[in-house]
Amino acid sequence: MVDVLSDTNTGITPAEVVDVELYHPKSWWTTYIFSQDAKVIAIQYALTAMAIGMVALVLSWLMRLQLGFPGTFSFIDPSQYLQFITMHGMIMVIYLLTALFLGGFGNYLIPLMVGARDMVFPYVNMLSYWIYLLAVVVLVATFFVPGGPTGAGWTLYPPQAILSGTPGGNEWGIILMLASLILFIIGFTMGGLNYVVTVLQARTRGMTLMRMPLTVWGIFTATVMALLAFPALFVAAVMMLLDRALGTSFFMPTLQEMGQLMKYGGGSPLLFQHLFWFFGHPEVYIVALPAFGIVSDLISTHARKNIFGYRMMVWAIVAIGALSFVVWAHHMYVSGMHPQFGFFFATTTLIIAIPTAIKVYNWVLTLWRGDIHLTVPMLFALAFIVTFVNGGLTGLFLGNVVVDVPLSDTMFVVAHFHMVMGVAPIMVVFGAIYHWYPKITGRMLNDGLGKFHFWVTFLGAYAVFFPMHYVGLQGMPRRYHDIGETSFIPASAHDLNAFISVAALIVGAAQLVFVFNLAWSLFKGKEAGGNPWGATTLEWQTPQTPPAHGNWGKELPIVYRWAYDYSVPGAPRDFVPQNEPPGGFAVQGARA
Amino acid sequence: MVVALILLLVAIGSVLFHLLSPWWWTPIASNWGYIDDTISLTFWITGAVFVAVVAFMAYCVFRFHHKEGRKAAYEPENKRLEWWLTVGTAVGVAAMLAPGLVVWHQFVTVPADASQIEVMGQQWRWSYRLPGKDGKLGTSDVRNVSSDNPLGLNPGDAAGQDDVVIESGDLHLPIGKPIKVLLRSVDVLHNFYVPEFRAKMDMVPGAVTYFWFTPTRTGSFDVLCAELCGIAHAQMRSKVIVQEEGEYQAWLEQQQTFAELSGQRRTLKATYQVSGE
Ligand code: HEM
Ligand SMILES: [Cu+2]
Ligand SMILES: [Cu+2]
Repeated sequence: MVDVLSDTNTGITPAEVVDVELYHPKSWWTTYIFSQDAKVIAIQYALTAMAIGMVALVLSWLMRLQLGFPGTFSFIDPSQYLQFITMHGMIMVIYLLTALFLGGFGNYLIPLMVGARDMVFPYVNMLSYWIYLLAVVVLVATFFVPGGPTGAGWTLYPPQAILSGTPGGNEWGIILMLASLILFIIGFTMGGLNYVVTVLQARTRGMTLMRMPLTVWGIFTATVMALLAFPALFVAAVMMLLDRALGTSFFMPTLQEMGQLMKYGGGSPLLFQHLFWFFGHPEVYIVALPAFGIVSDLISTHARKNIFGYRMMVWAIVAIGALSFVVWAHHMYVSGMHPQFGFFFATTTLIIAIPTAIKVYNWVLTLWRGDIHLTVPMLFALAFIVTFVNGGLTGLFLGNVVVDVPLSDTMFVVAHFHMVMGVAPIMVVFGAIYHWYPKITGRMLNDGLGKFHFWVTFLGAYAVFFPMHYVGLQGMPRRYHDIGETSFIPASAHDLNAFISVAALIVGAAQLVFVFNLAWSLFKGKEAGGNPWGATTLEWQTPQTPPAHGNWGKELPIVYRWAYDYSVPGAPRDFVPQNEPPGGFAVQGARA
Repeated sequence: MVVALILLLVAIGSVLFHLLSPWWWTPIASNWGYIDDTISLTFWITGAVFVAVVAFMAYCVFRFHHKEGRKAAYEPENKRLEWWLTVGTAVGVAAMLAPGLVVWHQFVTVPADASQIEVMGQQWRWSYRLPGKDGKLGTSDVRNVSSDNPLGLNPGDAAGQDDVVIESGDLHLPIGKPIKVLLRSVDVLHNFYVPEFRAKMDMVPGAVTYFWFTPTRTGSFDVLCAELCGIAHAQMRSKVIVQEEGEYQAWLEQQQTFAELSGQRRTLKATYQVSGE
């Protein structure tokens, strides 16, 4: 263990980086708009992602209004309901969470945390953002084209996705959706290559891989996964576009639509599902791993204690990343694929639970005998653990093939994935924003507003999604705008649905408080100083706050220790920054 | 400590909700009680883990929250503890997976004496087909589907002539006999879903999928579509009526076979043409 802790060698000379390597902006435009500085690009990504995320949030209100009070809102008809769920799901998963974690946090934190001046390919990095923005614009455009956005569900399963029985299927909706996804993937690939190469090539002296903060490990692994997984979605989108626009039959078997025999024949709907989930399952972890990494750092910093079992944590991230490529068909247990697959995919899926559980244990063991500061970031980290454990455990239901049979395609699934990849990562997003906002802006977010925002969001979201499992258990299918008359759903379930909807509206409204806090604190927040939380990682040790272009002034920092030297016995303060040379105090008890 | 208390209440509240709320699965009407048992087992194991983790967290927050002069311990690793936790988790996971796989094996092993029926999905309605006296379903092809031949049976296939075709009525089944449900679709994905039977499976155009079950309770059960199939997905309904053997046979007597139906249609057309001349 000791090898990752700190150097005894003080004789390393700092690396100077010659100035010409960085592009220096010459005008307002190249400083703030067409910027090549990863920090500016990060903010552009984050603001765009949050703006489009607000659209998804409003859509969730509309859906919940319809589900809680069916028949009351005449402006929501069945086909609009399908359009709402589709756009809501797609935006939340891809355009908000993926973009925010990788494009937002990745861009801001990777160079700073590994001690680099910037991403290694700043120009490509800039292009990445602009292509992402274009993808978002195309996505938004689908709301305004004839026929409206596609209502095929975020999974876009053919044949229905490109037929006339589905909103947008034979109009512009699906075409623009696929085009937008293709653009997103191109843009992401440009950014993703940057993140990976920067981590591998641009780490400062002393920053070995096993000294990187878990945030970087999480984002790095997620990016590698995304670079491997998105191509599957890319080819699926291209092929579906061809099926729709040119009448090819990659995914289309011989079929009749509304009594008409179509020209399609010989394609396979299941092929699409395999491609989609070969991307789609890793996607869950593309969102989750950055959250895992970030939350580890939040917990460690705010509990003033080293993360427990750092090396296990790193290996668990890598193991989860690798395993998540061999579990995709757990989304297809009732798709009609060969039943023998069930044995294999159920086994791999439940095996992933083991490294995942290790991570949970290590988070809570980090709290044990800590000095827990209940700051807003820490509160969100705690809420993350609660919701993630809850959602992860229901994953054991759905992963266990035969248990999935009655539950799949019901509201139980909707509750499960919202808990595990909706609420839990969003808790981390909030925690991370409260944590790093002082570095990004130089000011603290307002604490009172933050705590209010926290409690309403955490308890509200739990009240939305915990009871929803039981609606599903009763047999309520997902993607139903109205369950109508059935013999098996009791009247009381409608009251439960109304309750869920009210909670959802309250949670949504609380986000306005957050947005207000972001804006207000920018001007009125308390001055933060360089390192308000007493954190060890490099981004808190920059000469200026917010960090200037090039991050480090003349000399790059040198790293002497891992990222978790909190409350080291004998140290004068309860944290030792990664770039603090050894000496001054003796490291005692390093072998626990 | 308020935070610790609230965390604890979240855990306790979840358990109480689970135990006391009236919302639970519908009474089962098939042989898949094992599935329900596996779900119950999974609830117990995961519920215990959830409460343990959240309670431990709450305790940590209560016991170790910041106070003047508190200093955190420095403990980077604890190999023994980490291994114990890993092994314990693996055991818990295996305890859920093993019964799950055993039941899955039963689920995918269709008994030899199961009688076949066919369900066909179409935007947005259900049709059914039962084998006739020969006990066999005739072949079909989506290219044959027309208003005269809604299930697309091959007119030349002798095995299909006596098949009972139910175009817009309810499906009746005898109690206590294993049934293999063959699933087809003419257009898009659908999913034949009867909550009380616990089993469900997608219907895929261009392929025949299946599952099997034995009805164990008489009554009328809702059929829903559980795979998004377009605008009227939520309204795609029908009913399955499980009856005692005698009643079932009486109902079956009254149904029309493919030959009768197409014969009738031919006669109807002929009459129409004659009267039109
Ligand atoms: C207040 C927060 C949220 C509420 C109230 C909410 C509500 C809903 C509702 C009502 C549905 C449709 C259920 C159905 O009829 O099938 C849905 C679907 C979905 N939501 Fe959310 N949601 C929220 C946040 C999120 C977040 C943060 C994510 C990010 C992962 C997310 C991802 C999805 C996905 C992927 C779908 C599935 C869409 C589909 O079926 O094609 N949601 N949500
Ligand atoms: Cu998955
Ligand atoms: Cu359907």
